Amino acid sequence: MDGFRIPLGTWVEDAVAWLRDNLDALFDVITVVVRFLVNGLTDGLLAIPIPLAILLFALIGWAVRSWQMALGTALTFTLIVAMDLWEASMQTLSLVLIATLVAVAIAIPLGIWSARNDTVRAILKPVLDFMQTMPGFVYLIPAITFFSIGVVPGVVATVIFALPPGVRLTELGIRGVDAETVEAGNAFGAKPGQILRGIQLPLAMPTIMAGVNQVIMLALSMAVLAGIVGADGLGKLVVQSVSTARLAIGVEAGLAVVIIAVYLDRVTAALGTPADHPSSLIGIAARRRAAARTAQPAAAQTRGNQTQAKENDASSMRQPVKTG
Amino acid sequence: MTAPAIRVEHVYKVFGRHPERVVERLRAGATRTEVADAGTAAVIDASFDVHPGEIFVIMGLSGSGKSTVIRMLNGLHDATAGTITVQGEPITGVGASRLRSIRRDRIAMVFQHFALLPHRTVADNVAYPLELRGVAKDARRAKAEEILELVGLGGWGDKLPSALSGGMQQRVGIARALAADTDILLMDEAFSALDPLIRREMQEQLLELQQKLRKTIVFITHDLNEAMLLGDRIAVMRDGRIVQVGTPEDILTDPANDYVEQFVQDVDRARVLTAANVMERPRPVVSETAGPRTALRQMRDSYTSAAYVVGRDRTLIGMITDRDAVKLARSGEVSMAPVLRPVPQSVRQDEILMNLFVPAVESPLPLAVTDDDGHLVGVIPRVTLLAALGPGPGATEEIPVQPQPIPVSVIDEVLAGGETPPGSGPSDREAVL
Repeated sequence: MDGFRIPLGTWVEDAVAWLRDNLDALFDVITVVVRFLVNGLTDGLLAIPIPLAILLFALIGWAVRSWQMALGTALTFTLIVAMDLWEASMQTLSLVLIATLVAVAIAIPLGIWSARNDTVRAILKPVLDFMQTMPGFVYLIPAITFFSIGVVPGVVATVIFALPPGVRLTELGIRGVDAETVEAGNAFGAKPGQILRGIQLPLAMPTIMAGVNQVIMLALSMAVLAGIVGADGLGKLVVQSVSTARLAIGVEAGLAVVIIAVYLDRVTAALGTPADHPSSLIGIAARRRAAARTAQPAAAQTRGNQTQAKENDASSMRQPVKTG
Repeated sequence: MTAPAIRVEHVYKVFGRHPERVVERLRAGATRTEVADAGTAAVIDASFDVHPGEIFVIMGLSGSGKSTVIRMLNGLHDATAGTITVQGEPITGVGASRLRSIRRDRIAMVFQHFALLPHRTVADNVAYPLELRGVAKDARRAKAEEILELVGLGGWGDKLPSALSGGMQQRVGIARALAADTDILLMDEAFSALDPLIRREMQEQLLELQQKLRKTIVFITHDLNEAMLLGDRIAVMRDGRIVQVGTPEDILTDPANDYVEQFVQDVDRARVLTAANVMERPRPVVSETAGPRTALRQMRDSYTSAAYVVGRDRTLIGMITDRDAVKLARSGEVSMAPVLRPVPQSVRQDEILMNLFVPAVESPLPLAVTDDDGHLVGVIPRVTLLAALGPGPGATEEIPVQPQPIPVSVIDEVLAGGETPPGSGPSDREAVL
């Protein structure tokens, strides 16, 4: 046994080097696009005056959940500003949102595919296990090789790490849709696409949104690691505080991560289950619309009667003029 | 007979790795358990026709293959072997898009657990088949309202299905199937998930709708009473095979084998059998042209105290009692007309037994049974009515009746300790009542 070793790691390294040399153009494109998206979003968020930005975040909270949520958002985000971490927070938020967007854009179609095809599912399952359990740091190394340092390898590593729950929960949601309901779609002659859009996706939506929520949470945990490869944001501060053993910065940056995490979690969780939040602005608006719809015919009728009455009044008033 | 709406010929359905091989073995005579190692034989050699406008019930216990059969009728399951044609068009071995268009235009389905789309309103659920067909929004909305009105759910269109009770949800399910406006309706245990009172109500409503709409309905159930109530014809399934196809009466009175017979033991026979099934040849019948003496003779021969009087074409005219006949005969009258009494109770031959008890009790004579034109076609003595409720094929055959009691005087003599002369009692006589 002595001296015998399978150089698996070396093989992977060779493969990575080969990919770097041969797919250079592709990686360049990815780099440009991702950097543009993240920086663009960060600049956009930072361009908004801070009080207005806080107000917007609070409003989103109210729209999907409740005014309590809005109040909590306003307070905690003000705390971020008070800790002078606003810019870093917005950078991290941009990184997380873009990474989530990419991850979801890949995860949901993969989830749908594996829900409809057992072979795909059998192949995807071990791959997803691998992606999720491989320590997140390891992704950073080839990511740097391909994309050099900065925000791009951070986003790529985050996407890989955060992808699996999105695929899994999408698949679970679609497979979990009542078989008889899908059968009903088939029995009335719906095409597979019509069944997917009209029955499976809407009914699986709570589970899919739970998946998106998980993707965001994982992305946020990974975004801190992205600080190691030089992505700007709260992660970078945490890494700095660790390397210089400055607890104060570490605690503050960590707290800001927690605040953003809680905010994103509550918002996405509420998006998946709108019926559970009747006091949200969306819920209130929906009820108004429903009430207006049922009241409409009656209202239209009374309005008709009123105009009729007015016309009668007018003609009776005009009458004396005519005779006179 | 018109062409069948659905024709099923030697259809097999096997779930497993090599279904064709299993079918070969089944064709060679293997049983379902013998091939269980290679696959599940859900349906074995099923053949039947469904006629246009009838309610065809497929009945069997769970695992008998009835749900698989109904799913093959609209291609949700493809048949492993055999052919199925719907309105002359084969649906076995055709492509997916052809199947879809047949489902869209010819066959609608109602599901056991309603299978409504919970995120759509009731009206949108009902309009779903129309939406799939590409009908414009206003038109399908109007149609949905119209159909909802038909099933008694007018004004509920804006609600979500979750706001409705089980019975109402299934009405939405039925409304959706009706909105598809197909000639054929498949109903898979449509009422089994409902509680008994609602189920009864829905069954009656279905029959009512069927009176108006005259669809071809294939109805699956495990409940024999439901099958008997709804079915124009019934197919009984067991272990994947169809063991008998026939009218409810056929199945009840002439079960094909022990299994069916055991099955029908529990059925509420009073609701299935009709007067025509149990009636006997009318015996004390006198023609109106006959005289009172003939009537008396008839009554004496059949040991009854009254007789029905019929016209020349066997139209039921009235009845005559023995006392009246005796009076007439004594006064030398030759026509029975002056003493004819109206028939106290008569029933139509398609009346179910359930509705015969009260008339039978109130009728002094065996209950008269008439056909649609008022002709006397038979009578039902009370014993026959009772016997018909018992299980077994013998129930509708002739029954030996109880001997008439010994006259009181004879009993008194015996009790007094006196000797009874042999043969003096009329105990060998029979009464028909």
